[in-house]
Amino acid sequence: MNRRDFLRVASISSAALFASPIISFANAKTDRRFIFIIQRGAADGMNTLVPYADPAYAKLRGALAIDVAQATKLNGMFALHPALTETAKMYATGQALFAHAVASPYRERSHFDAQNVLETGGTSPYQMKDGWMNRLLSLLPKSQNEAIAFASSVPMALRGKMDVSSYAPSALPQASDDLLLRVGQLYAEDAQLHNIWTAAMEANNMAEDASAKQDPASLGKLAASFLANPSGPRIAMIETGGWDTHSAQDGRLTRQLKSLDTLIAALRDGLGATWQKTTVLVATEFGRTAAANGTGGTDHGTGSAALILGGDINGGRVIADWPGLNQSNLYEGRDLKPTLNLDTLIASLAGASFGIAPEQVGKALFPDANIGKPLEGLIKS
Amino acid sequence: MITPANMSPAAIAINRFGLGARPNESAPNDPKKWLLTQFEHFQITPPAWANQTKTADLMAEYAKHQMEIRQAKKNTDENDKNAAKRMFRREVRDDYMAAVKARAETALTTSTPFVERLVYFWANHFAISIEKPAVIDLAGAFELEAIRPFVLGNFKTMLFAVEQHPAMLLYLDQARSIGPGSKAASRLAERDPEKKHGLNENLAREIMELHTLGVRSGYTQADVTEFARALTGWSVAGAGKDKFAENSQNGFAFRPQIHEPGSRSIMGKTYIQTGKAQAEAILNDLASAQSTATHIATKLARHFVGDNPPEALIEKLTKAFNSSNGDLPSVYRVLIDAPEAWQPAPTKFKTPWEWLISCVRGLGRKDLQGINAAQMLNQLGHPIWKPGSPAGYDDIAESWAAPNALLRRVEMAQRLTAPFGDKLDARILSDQLLLGAISTETQTAISRSESAVTGLALLFVSPEFLRR
Repeated sequence: MNRRDFLRVASISSAALFASPIISFANAKTDRRFIFIIQRGAADGMNTLVPYADPAYAKLRGALAIDVAQATKLNGMFALHPALTETAKMYATGQALFAHAVASPYRERSHFDAQNVLETGGTSPYQMKDGWMNRLLSLLPKSQNEAIAFASSVPMALRGKMDVSSYAPSALPQASDDLLLRVGQLYAEDAQLHNIWTAAMEANNMAEDASAKQDPASLGKLAASFLANPSGPRIAMIETGGWDTHSAQDGRLTRQLKSLDTLIAALRDGLGATWQKTTVLVATEFGRTAAANGTGGTDHGTGSAALILGGDINGGRVIADWPGLNQSNLYEGRDLKPTLNLDTLIASLAGASFGIAPEQVGKALFPDANIGKPLEGLIKS
Repeated sequence: MITPANMSPAAIAINRFGLGARPNESAPNDPKKWLLTQFEHFQITPPAWANQTKTADLMAEYAKHQMEIRQAKKNTDENDKNAAKRMFRREVRDDYMAAVKARAETALTTSTPFVERLVYFWANHFAISIEKPAVIDLAGAFELEAIRPFVLGNFKTMLFAVEQHPAMLLYLDQARSIGPGSKAASRLAERDPEKKHGLNENLAREIMELHTLGVRSGYTQADVTEFARALTGWSVAGAGKDKFAENSQNGFAFRPQIHEPGSRSIMGKTYIQTGKAQAEAILNDLASAQSTATHIATKLARHFVGDNPPEALIEKLTKAFNSSNGDLPSVYRVLIDAPEAWQPAPTKFKTPWEWLISCVRGLGRKDLQGINAAQMLNQLGHPIWKPGSPAGYDDIAESWAAPNALLRRVEMAQRLTAPFGDKLDARILSDQLLLGAISTETQTAISRSESAVTGLALLFVSPEFLRR
């Protein structure tokens, strides 16, 4: 019995799965991949996707303002941070799409509450107990409803009814096959540990040749090796941290974005032909203040930027209903005002990726959010 | 069908409240008393911590190092410069490893395991995180000087020690936050009108959100900004030349020149104090606020009693916090006395730290010869003093019970037990460590294992040993 059968046996006891009306919306078999890269700590959208043509930008940011001569001009309004060189190439070939002035429904400034809203898909913190990626998983055909977190534990966005795996390279000596087998037997009667262990063994078997390094290039390569496998997971999550740049932002953000750029490029290269069927979403819990603070950084804000990448993304564009950076245009007089609901973007993107109506995806993923009209044409048809 | 394996009160005291049993150690006859008497002989600086450099000296070293770098900048030899930097980085890394070792060795040898657990609880409540290079060196000193002396004292005293410790001031960017209307700000503006100097609200926000009131407890963005203004001037000793700085012995310095003048209004109350006293007055009020009591009570209950602690228990602890004006032992006593805390079924999934310490104690080890605790905890996904966020590590099972994390524990169990195959018998040890709270299924699995070492590894990754 392979792990997939195992999981199915485990799921039969989960009546909710079969009772769920959502399952009927599920499409036929999918070979699509959907990857969510979370930027924990509130990434600075304004220095990632630079609104260089807004006259207030340079004034607000002062010494922190990105020099547009160094950056990649995307259009008459926005430029891309100079560290994002591979991402810029993807934009040039239509494989990258950016959205600006985006925010989840959360409007306070706590990282932890905001990440909870971003990951659960609720409209307020701790209102929902499972994650939107887990609910997305339940919309996929049963034979392909596998997801993985590239981390040793499972992040909130992936937690929920559906079993999810996690994998991170280990520097520890491998446990013997005998011990692994006995541990499996030891957990047979313990529902929690049994499910976790089954998922661990599956991921472990898939990762035999993976590199044991944790740098962005190795992480991207590792994730790609799982996702390129035709019977591998369809949904994956990668966590990045270190975006909370209250001080010395210039160097820190450059390093952060360089790592992100390397990670995305490694995913693209490692996925090979599968890249054509892959959607990558990069998003953060909220943005940072429009103005620089007093310590060479920025404080917690509201609107930020999201990046979308993939082989058949209808890219080379920036989606932004730009609110402007004049004092009177700022949210609470200090932050970039959100004009696009991140939930709408996610529902539209996930729907387009898996060929499920975005409205249905929205209902399942963000039941209480006002999704509004889905965005169209995100992926080439 | 699994045979229920209920924990006896002694097993609960040792495993849920403590750090796990050691072989050949007798179980406490009076579990509650065993916990309470630990308050009387807790050592603030146990032998393993004796060599930890004091915060003030670390700050002086840091200042000296900064000066050397500045001098090396004048020196054109790149090699000299880089060599100096590398040397300092290596020293800092060694200091960190040594502090983690001191923490772990204390956990192995302590006679007050419950109080040590409280140290970890508070260090995680007031979390710093060493991915910020400036605090790597200070993390051990922070726990030794700002947490350990106060876990059996008043909450307010610990709060002040924490918020004035250089590790926290540097971690949450307070040290360089400048009042926009301060003398220093106008001087800096004259010198360099282009460059911005001013407020940083990071510490102010996290004090309110994480250290005291708790999130969504009613304060606003305006309150955060006002508090940030009041906190300007709270800085660290030794960084830069400031002849007005009022230096304290613990590395804290108040810098009147960067303090924002004027009175502040927070949550409807006006603070007319000047200088350092202003933020102190606010901190005082935050420490005794009703929301703070509930926040602390909830976290303590979650840590010791369960991921979703009973409301009744939270209320009891809140009441104890309020009626004792934040006297922590009074709160702990109510916790120990609460029937909710003595439910026989395991209520918590051990964190990797709790699990690793209980394994090593279970093997009877009192030192870490051949074990690099810091690296092991990295591998287990629980690097010490590096939760990656000022909220600290999550205190619920979902954060730790995950596929890869579990596999790491199995790998680690194999490695830890390897040298003990001919020294310990898992069948006997399981009784000593779990005090009868073991299912017949686990007993059978252990007794059927192919080798003594496998038996020990199975014991450590058994459902009963993973939980408390």
